[in-house]
Amino acid sequence: MSTYYNSEDLKKFGSIGAFGAKNLADDFFKYYGDVFAEGALSSREKSLIALAVAHVLKCPYCIDAYTTDTLEKGCSEDEMMEAVHVGAVMAAGITLVHSTQMINKAKELTM
Amino acid sequence: MNPVKSLKARKHELGESAFQLEVLNDRLTLGKHLPLFREKLAPIDLFPLKPTEIDIFQVNVGKMCNQVCKHCHVDAGPDRKEIMTQETMQLCLDVLKKHKFRTIDLTGGAPEMNPHFRWFIEQIRAIDNDINIIVRCNLTIILANKKYHDLPEFFKQHRIEVASSLPFYTATRTDSQRGDGVFEDSIKALQMLNAVGYGQEGSGLILNLVYNPAGAFLPSGQAGMEKEFKRALKAKYGIEFNHLFCITNIPISRFLDYLLVSGNYSEYMEKLVNSFNPTAAANVMCRTTLSIGWDGYLYDCDFNQMLDLKVAGKAKHLRDFDMEALTQRSIIINQHCYGCTAGAGSSCGGEVAK
Repeated sequence: MSTYYNSEDLKKFGSIGAFGAKNLADDFFKYYGDVFAEGALSSREKSLIALAVAHVLKCPYCIDAYTTDTLEKGCSEDEMMEAVHVGAVMAAGITLVHSTQMINKAKELTM
Repeated sequence: MNPVKSLKARKHELGESAFQLEVLNDRLTLGKHLPLFREKLAPIDLFPLKPTEIDIFQVNVGKMCNQVCKHCHVDAGPDRKEIMTQETMQLCLDVLKKHKFRTIDLTGGAPEMNPHFRWFIEQIRAIDNDINIIVRCNLTIILANKKYHDLPEFFKQHRIEVASSLPFYTATRTDSQRGDGVFEDSIKALQMLNAVGYGQEGSGLILNLVYNPAGAFLPSGQAGMEKEFKRALKAKYGIEFNHLFCITNIPISRFLDYLLVSGNYSEYMEKLVNSFNPTAAANVMCRTTLSIGWDGYLYDCDFNQMLDLKVAGKAKHLRDFDMEALTQRSIIINQHCYGCTAGAGSSCGGEVAK
């Protein structure tokens, strides 16, 4: 059966450069590695942020990868779930804050 | 819920070491081709794997334990009766009189349940007052029975380094691996160890915690994990300790059973193989360790012991101890060894490579 998402495909991510535009893929993976290295934020904190983003952008590959990664970095269930809630509340807030534009426009158009 | 009996007592086929080796070497079961461990060692000039300097004398004094943890590579539990006799302990002491080791590492089961445990430690101290003695304490044993309540004092008296298993700093994940109520008792035991000075700055009494993942994933970043454990345990329970050792679960015995039953075996093995680190391979603990079984047989490590893979060479028992032959032997390896070479590497002392 053909599906749009296949968990085995996640393992192929690192080799997308072999298909073409290798220099761009290399640049991306270098950037990726640098971003997730220990810095002002710990790699553990960065992993929790990534887990939240994975949910907001609804990427099953990323949810797989960062659930594993946060577990490996010793994050607790509460921390992981709270990160997802942060993502959820941001997404909801982003939707709702746009209602101000709707309200402005509605006021503009109505008596 | 954790199993209440060992694989052995349940007559589970994985209770037999030969069957475990069959599973580990049946690459068809994996559904994918994974290289043999020796094929990874050969290109980096580590095959055959040889000892460097044997300075850790690890003694497994028995498989009896008050816990039945889901991941236990020993398949230990209250129903396991294999216990090192005083005569076999004497053979260990004879070796210690003749040869110098940096560390004696006592493990089990719960080593404290061996009736000769305290006598053994006193004898070791009488032979060598400076040698580092490590006891791998599961913590809950301290509270399991009144006769164990004074273990912290006993450890202090003999300047024992305590290495205590604590899979996580929350009850949920600890209890899911080690049994209901284990976390609560572990916290109480750690507080008792702290109370006599363990883990306290300047006391010289070393309390190290041992973390291993409660599931089919690898440990990552020992330093970061240690920081989190210290922060969480201090803030909530006032507990202090020296270091955290992160250990990878080795795919044998009850952890192998868990991997197979949960459908994670193939992925886990693939992850171990893909995470093979040559630096970790060069520093594996079996190059510096001798592992002694409850019945006096010699092994390259505690995992080989549980798979009944005795040391190579003629002298396989304490009775025939031959340090020169042991120093020159080739270490027995198999597919489970990938567990010690993944990522930053895993040993009884935690990560082995950066």
